[in-house]
Amino acid sequence: MRSDGFLARLVSFVESGSFREEDYTLSPAQKDTLDTDIPENRWLHSVQHAEKPVGARLMSWFSQKGFELFRDLYRIASVFICVTLIGVLLSVVSFLPAFGSAENPAVNEVVERYVSKSIEETGATNAVAGMISAYRGFDTLGEAHVLFVAACSVIVLLRVDPSERKRGKLLDPDRVGGDMDYEPNSDLILRKAAKILVPLAFIFGLYVILNGTSSPGGGFSGGAIMGAGLILNSVAFGFKRTERFFGDEMYHAVKTACLTVYALLMAYFIYMGANGWDDHVWLGIPGGIVSGGLILPINIAVGFEVACTMYCFYALFRKGGL
Amino acid sequence: MELVQNFPFITIVFSLTCGVFCAVLKGKKARGLCLVWLTLTTLMSFSVLLYTLKTGEYYIYRMGKWNAPWGNEIRVGVLEALMATAFSGVMLLSLLGGMHHIFADCEPEKTNLYFTMCSLLMSSLFALIYTNDLFTAYVFVEINTIASCALVMLKSSAKTLVATTRYLIMSLLGSGLFLLGIVILYGITGELLMPSIAEKVRTIFATGEYSLPLTVIIGLFSVGLAVKSALFPFHSWLPDAHGSATASSSAILSGLVLKGYIIVLIKIFYRVFGLEIIVSEQVSWFLFVFGALAMILGSVGALRERDLKRMLAYSSVAQVGYIYLGLGLHSELGVTAACVQILVHAITKPMLFIAAGGFMDVSGGHKSMDAIAGAGRRDPLGGLAFTVGALSMIGIPFFAGFVTKLELTAGALESGTVTTVMALIAIAVSTLLNALYYVPVIFNLFSAREQAEYKGLRVRYRADYAFATVAFVLLNIGFGAFSEYVVGAVRQGLALFGM
Amino acid sequence: MPAFLERLFTNYYETAAMILFGIGFTTLLMHRNLLKKIIGLNFMDSGLYLFLAAKGYIAGRLAPIITDGNTDPSRYVNPIPTGLVLTGIVVSVSVTAFLLALTCRLYDRFHTLDIDEITHLARKERD
Repeated sequence: MRSDGFLARLVSFVESGSFREEDYTLSPAQKDTLDTDIPENRWLHSVQHAEKPVGARLMSWFSQKGFELFRDLYRIASVFICVTLIGVLLSVVSFLPAFGSAENPAVNEVVERYVSKSIEETGATNAVAGMISAYRGFDTLGEAHVLFVAACSVIVLLRVDPSERKRGKLLDPDRVGGDMDYEPNSDLILRKAAKILVPLAFIFGLYVILNGTSSPGGGFSGGAIMGAGLILNSVAFGFKRTERFFGDEMYHAVKTACLTVYALLMAYFIYMGANGWDDHVWLGIPGGIVSGGLILPINIAVGFEVACTMYCFYALFRKGGL
Repeated sequence: MELVQNFPFITIVFSLTCGVFCAVLKGKKARGLCLVWLTLTTLMSFSVLLYTLKTGEYYIYRMGKWNAPWGNEIRVGVLEALMATAFSGVMLLSLLGGMHHIFADCEPEKTNLYFTMCSLLMSSLFALIYTNDLFTAYVFVEINTIASCALVMLKSSAKTLVATTRYLIMSLLGSGLFLLGIVILYGITGELLMPSIAEKVRTIFATGEYSLPLTVIIGLFSVGLAVKSALFPFHSWLPDAHGSATASSSAILSGLVLKGYIIVLIKIFYRVFGLEIIVSEQVSWFLFVFGALAMILGSVGALRERDLKRMLAYSSVAQVGYIYLGLGLHSELGVTAACVQILVHAITKPMLFIAAGGFMDVSGGHKSMDAIAGAGRRDPLGGLAFTVGALSMIGIPFFAGFVTKLELTAGALESGTVTTVMALIAIAVSTLLNALYYVPVIFNLFSAREQAEYKGLRVRYRADYAFATVAFVLLNIGFGAFSEYVVGAVRQGLALFGM
Repeated sequence: MPAFLERLFTNYYETAAMILFGIGFTTLLMHRNLLKKIIGLNFMDSGLYLFLAAKGYIAGRLAPIITDGNTDPSRYVNPIPTGLVLTGIVVSVSVTAFLLALTCRLYDRFHTLDIDEITHLARKERD
């Protein structure tokens, strides 16, 4: 029987900024480890073992009640915080310029130039593409690396070495479920549908990437579509079929090549621009596929990076490695 | 444009690429690449510092073909270059000092990712230091957040996983508020570039049209970045994260990562809103009070800790309080003190964490006070570094920490009567508490009551660890001895900073 | 008060966005279930993007894609918020993946999603 005193729990709450629920649902193995472990907190320890008849039981009753009260207060507090925050933000909204009006302060000379000079200066008829890849290209370079750093973090967390995976060794020996090793028997309907949809997804993804300068789309959206195609492929035909053309090494090669090319292009563009030199980039024919100067190669690089990162996320969550 | 002027941009962009390459190299090669690159960035930042000191003015470097409101730009002055030099140097030394821990704590095939994270972190710190655009700041704040969380969790244990989760959740809350602030500010000004926003904000403030949104925006920025930089009431994630990570991670996180966010906050306060608005909105008063509380309660937390690294982590909470106290004095002297404290803490706390890592080596991997008794005898270099660091933290003259306290006191004396008294009391109490928890640790480190199993252990020095500790000690004493140059540079930098 | 409400209804997109943000923020801060925290994070981000998208909209104008050579700025909506939303979405995807991966590992280790319980159990672990 585990009954920590209310005070002890309060102390642990104050120390950690959080508290835990009274009723555990623990596996027997965990119960053993818990009971043999000596708590770090000596006070908690002493309270735990001070289970004496009358007075202590009264205390534990009070602490139980007090704890329930505390939990209710926590809930009330969260609702209160939510309502206060929303209230403050709404009162801010009531001061903001009217929705949809052309007199919005956000419509200024920056916007005008993005729209009116986009074709002339960046070669992109899609002003959004011109803005994110050329005018504010540095932000987008950072953005691509946010995705990269997240992919690396997920690799750190979930990747299991292939040789160890074969031997059935996993990151945590006592993990439950273990559906990482379970590969579903491929479904007939899924297979037939995927045979049609996977090539379509790739073609459509490529289309969105290549036309990013002249229509809605670009590297990020097109890459996500191609990533979906890769995921569908591995769901329908099994991991083996996907690994044949897209394995660990392929992933690293594509990712490194894309990001390096992107950074080098951007560095060249920034270096020339900042020093006031002409960058000798042909802007292409506005509205065509080859348009937008550096935006097209950047879109392609970003597209492939996003595609393989999306698949990488899926594969890591699904089976702990590419 | 001279070649030197390109260096800030090169350090930002190619640190990203260096990180990408580290992700595909093997551990040892990734280490080599990362160390070489960090050395280069340190040298490059130093030459930028010399250049800006020589010309005595800042310059705008546009990131692309188009000038500022259309394109991105970075802004390089003395203060920025000084911070960049210090940060990349400290990053290099922290990595060197904890190198064998990195290889021991990370899973072998994932060690290279440690260096990836360090490079990306360095890039984001450079970008935060140099940027002149709020949205760029947001993007790189996110890289900073993810990379620093990854640095905690690369030492794979249950504790670090939990600490990372809590750290990440708190950071995300902070980023959410920060982004909301940017978005509302964009809604009422229509600008993302700091000087342009400043111009619009001044006219808005004069008309009084958006007074409530302005207050809320300043509140959102302050709370968002205070959560991320662990100002007192929001510090609960810090001791777990910094206490459980590997030695280099703790050093980098508390020495550099927290400061990155504070630099962004300083930029927002003084470059976007300006001193006048900040004072009239009473924000500085909140920063002052919470800074003072952090100085005292952080030290109290450290006093109660029996675990060396968690004690150092609580001490970081107190030291961040000094920075916010300086900012809260809302005077130029106060901001000078805050910037000096950023530098001082960036060179001192990593030294303490690296030394703590060295003590764990000679104490069977334990970090409780009992286990490390006498560790200073077993590892004299670490003992020396820890002693110097601790004396600096207490504020003994001739060490770096003294400079902060001097500047902070000067700033406090200049402000109003109430703030003077309160600031002086906070500084005095905090100094006393610092002494109360650091001095016993020093005695403990050199006491003869070593635990029997570790008695007579002698450390075999590794070149990287020895180099890092010695360099840190020299840096600290050098900072204390030549403080007038550093403070002078900070003053000059702040004059160029756009206050 | 009617004036306040009227302005809220004029800015109904922003109003909805802020309510979403508030709900998401509170869920991320206060909820103890990690998965619900992640859902809260996505709520919060969606609120922000909705707000940004609303900031860029101008009634009766076209998307900023110039197909007929007419570059008159008064024909098109503001392209900047769109670009910012794109950046924000990528950041949000990355962070969500990271948090989900952490949640997987934590669940494997502690067999629960309750962050307070996990914190408590982790305290008993040795390094």
